[in-house]
Amino acid sequence: MDGTTTDEWPPKKKQLTMSQDVQTKLKILADAAKYDASCASSGSKGTRQGSKLGSTEGMGICHSYTPDGRCVSLLKILMTNYCIYDCQYCVNRVSSDTPRARFTTDEIVDLTIQFYQRNYIEGLFLSSGIIQSPDYTMEQMNLVAMTLRTKHRFGGYIHLKSIPGASDDLLADAGRWADRLSVNVELPTAGDLQQLAPEKKEPEITHAMGTIKGRIDEFKTEKKAGFKVPKFAPAGQSTQMIVGATPTPDLEILQTASSLYNNHDLRRVYYSAYSPIPHADARLPGKSPPLVREHRLYQADWLLRFYGFDANELVAEADRNLSLDVDPKLAWALAHREYFPVDVNLAPREELLRIPGIGAKSVARILKIRQHHALQVADLKKLRVAWKRTAHFVVTADHNPGLKKLDDLHLKQQFVQQPRQLTLFDAHASAKSGEV
Amino acid sequence: MQFVKASTFEEWRTVCRGLLARHVPPSGVVFGDTDRSPSLFDATDDSEALPPPADSKSPVVFRIPKSFLQAAERIACHTAPDRWERLYRTLWRMTHGEPRLLEVTTDDDVHRLVMMEKAVRRDAHKMKAFVRFRKVESPEGEHFVAWHRPEFRIVRLTAPFFARRFPSMCWTILTPSESVHWDLQQLNYGPGAAASEAPQGDELEDLWKTYYGSIFNPARIKLKMMTQEMPTRHWPTLPETDIIPDLLADAPRRVAEMIARQEGFATSAADFLPQTLTFDALRAAAAGCKGCDLHEHATQTVFGEGPVDSGLMLIGEQPGDQEDLVGRPFVGPAGKILDEALAKVGISRDRIYVTNSVKHFKYNLSGKRRLHSNPDVREVTACKPWVEAEIELVQPQVIVCLGATAARQIIGPEFRVTKHRAVPQKTRHCENTIGTWHPSAILRQPSQTRRNEMLLELASDLRLAAQLTGFGE
Repeated sequence: MDGTTTDEWPPKKKQLTMSQDVQTKLKILADAAKYDASCASSGSKGTRQGSKLGSTEGMGICHSYTPDGRCVSLLKILMTNYCIYDCQYCVNRVSSDTPRARFTTDEIVDLTIQFYQRNYIEGLFLSSGIIQSPDYTMEQMNLVAMTLRTKHRFGGYIHLKSIPGASDDLLADAGRWADRLSVNVELPTAGDLQQLAPEKKEPEITHAMGTIKGRIDEFKTEKKAGFKVPKFAPAGQSTQMIVGATPTPDLEILQTASSLYNNHDLRRVYYSAYSPIPHADARLPGKSPPLVREHRLYQADWLLRFYGFDANELVAEADRNLSLDVDPKLAWALAHREYFPVDVNLAPREELLRIPGIGAKSVARILKIRQHHALQVADLKKLRVAWKRTAHFVVTADHNPGLKKLDDLHLKQQFVQQPRQLTLFDAHASAKSGEV
Repeated sequence: MQFVKASTFEEWRTVCRGLLARHVPPSGVVFGDTDRSPSLFDATDDSEALPPPADSKSPVVFRIPKSFLQAAERIACHTAPDRWERLYRTLWRMTHGEPRLLEVTTDDDVHRLVMMEKAVRRDAHKMKAFVRFRKVESPEGEHFVAWHRPEFRIVRLTAPFFARRFPSMCWTILTPSESVHWDLQQLNYGPGAAASEAPQGDELEDLWKTYYGSIFNPARIKLKMMTQEMPTRHWPTLPETDIIPDLLADAPRRVAEMIARQEGFATSAADFLPQTLTFDALRAAAAGCKGCDLHEHATQTVFGEGPVDSGLMLIGEQPGDQEDLVGRPFVGPAGKILDEALAKVGISRDRIYVTNSVKHFKYNLSGKRRLHSNPDVREVTACKPWVEAEIELVQPQVIVCLGATAARQIIGPEFRVTKHRAVPQKTRHCENTIGTWHPSAILRQPSQTRRNEMLLELASDLRLAAQLTGFGE
């Protein structure tokens, strides 16, 4: 026995070195967070005053991308994956025998600071299984954020996943430290929740969202009135729902999203295609997630927010789902051919926004350019519109598509690509050859 | 034809002021970077030989949109040789009859400038994203050093960002063409550096790779998306890209495992419920329940018993060894404690409907002894339809949950006996639901004093339940 041995057992860990233990926990608690689709670190305008480390400047930064095509912007982890709830779609439900771990406050804080110093991340996205009670869990998460802000003067991005059922005071506290708060609606309808997550209640979820919205509004009003008020969730709130775990069609999903945007001022609704998870309930589909569907939902969501579309307009299919073959704007155009062709040199903004292949930015540019000269096909191509799609639906100074073509019943076939999602087998092959 | 050197935005700006003041049209000037020697056709004179401004006393004032100058500053970082003349021609046109030229984004000059600016912006964004600091400890303290290979000359464009982000860290960013150093006070620029001059590793990199590998969902692969956003030119400086081939190679196995390990309630008690809701029908159906695996080892189903019109229902956890053999709830040592408590309150057991959350005995064999083992949540959930059917049949005014298992099932997962005992709550099952000690918990107490205390508490809770039910009136 050497002289350095003390009576202390277990021996004190050396400060700020990341132990093997932390690595094991990180593996478990990042793995448990991988099903969460949200990753954005945008929307927070100015850096908090007096920050010693970290900034937020409006636009988020993706510091890496994983082979699933998703961006790594934040250290996205769970505080713990122990959970008292039994939500059937969730790998952390109490009845799952997934390996469990819990980070201490200091471990999360150290990881965040150290990763941030290397410029690996924009900040922290902290979520958690529910332990003891919603209030206790929320308190512990707030403690992490508070420590980062006060002890370390951390000015980077913090996203806290609010725990439904936590008290309003704790939500208020969370909003003080976090840039963004989110409350997951989890599943698209109250019926889905009842079926797969009976312990999470729709009223509790919407109440939490309402409380956050109220606080954000209050902050804005007071700031406008000239008061110096502490920030409250300056990047607003978002939510996530799992898609494909229940048979709920896209129309209902989009209606839920619309009402969230309208009633709770949500910045983003994230759709996460249900992934087969270890120990999932046998009632759930045991197959790879419908990524195309998820993609179509994001496209439709975009059209709701920036293009003036209504959920009911976007879903025309008999089964009340979005078309998987073509994007939702094109699907709408094909179903409303009487609306076309639209003259890019004459039509108002709202009409231009409905032309397939032309984005909102291009529309803004078109409106400016046409004050100077009449647009031609070459102009549109320079604006990088998707001409193959757009061609059938627009009139320009030098282009007028035949109505015959527009009325062609087989028009849709031109746009349908053989849907081919990279399969895992392809990935495997390309991994072996090193070609990605 | 004049040849003009311009290698930075400031140089270009100064030169252009002079050119505009002297009304030199774009066709009369050729721009060149300092590092590009003029070609045979370029004039040999350089900017110093330019004639002085026509009238230096009254300098010509040009109104240039601020947005153009900001864009020009970025475009100046681009390496395309035509950038200076495009910028000057656009400037000329804006000051000679086309003041709103920038709005015509499809004009050849404007379009080209927009594309160049976009490329520079993207490169700057990627620099902000992909610079990876490595920590170096020295006697003077910590120093963070990164080597990055941008496409354009954007070090001066992005350095202020890093100064705002890492004000309290000493850091250096090396690129092949230029380097920048932050000493906690100001930015100092220096010459370019080779990758080999940067530190070769950092203790955090393993942890970072662990995170990267774990946050990746193998059930969804989108490689095109990844390479589009994370161009391979940057991969050599991103430590995590090392493990991508391994992650991909392992993905099919991980997904197969995720799917193969899928399990759950292929069956639950719901599949065994009888058509009609009577006590006898329920009891008979429960006898054949195979809703979970517990039936395989238990002797028999131990169903609830008592008057269906009781108004008061007790729910325990699970039958024990003796209950399993006899086939009736609460007949073992725990049952004796329960009877003791009931005796204190003066209620006889046959006035109450008594049942358990889980209807089969679960045990571990220790030699010949069958040791009670707690039901897991899956088993409790699988068995729940029986208790729910019993509640529907009995329609109790008061439910007493004995122990945490029953209380969590009926009241909610947050229930803690130590915290929420003895407080009647409204649940979706019943107006008054009370959680209290399980008699076995009392049995297990090593201290006689504590045992007596808990017994009194159990009795007091049962008394409350009896009062709420209207017993003894």
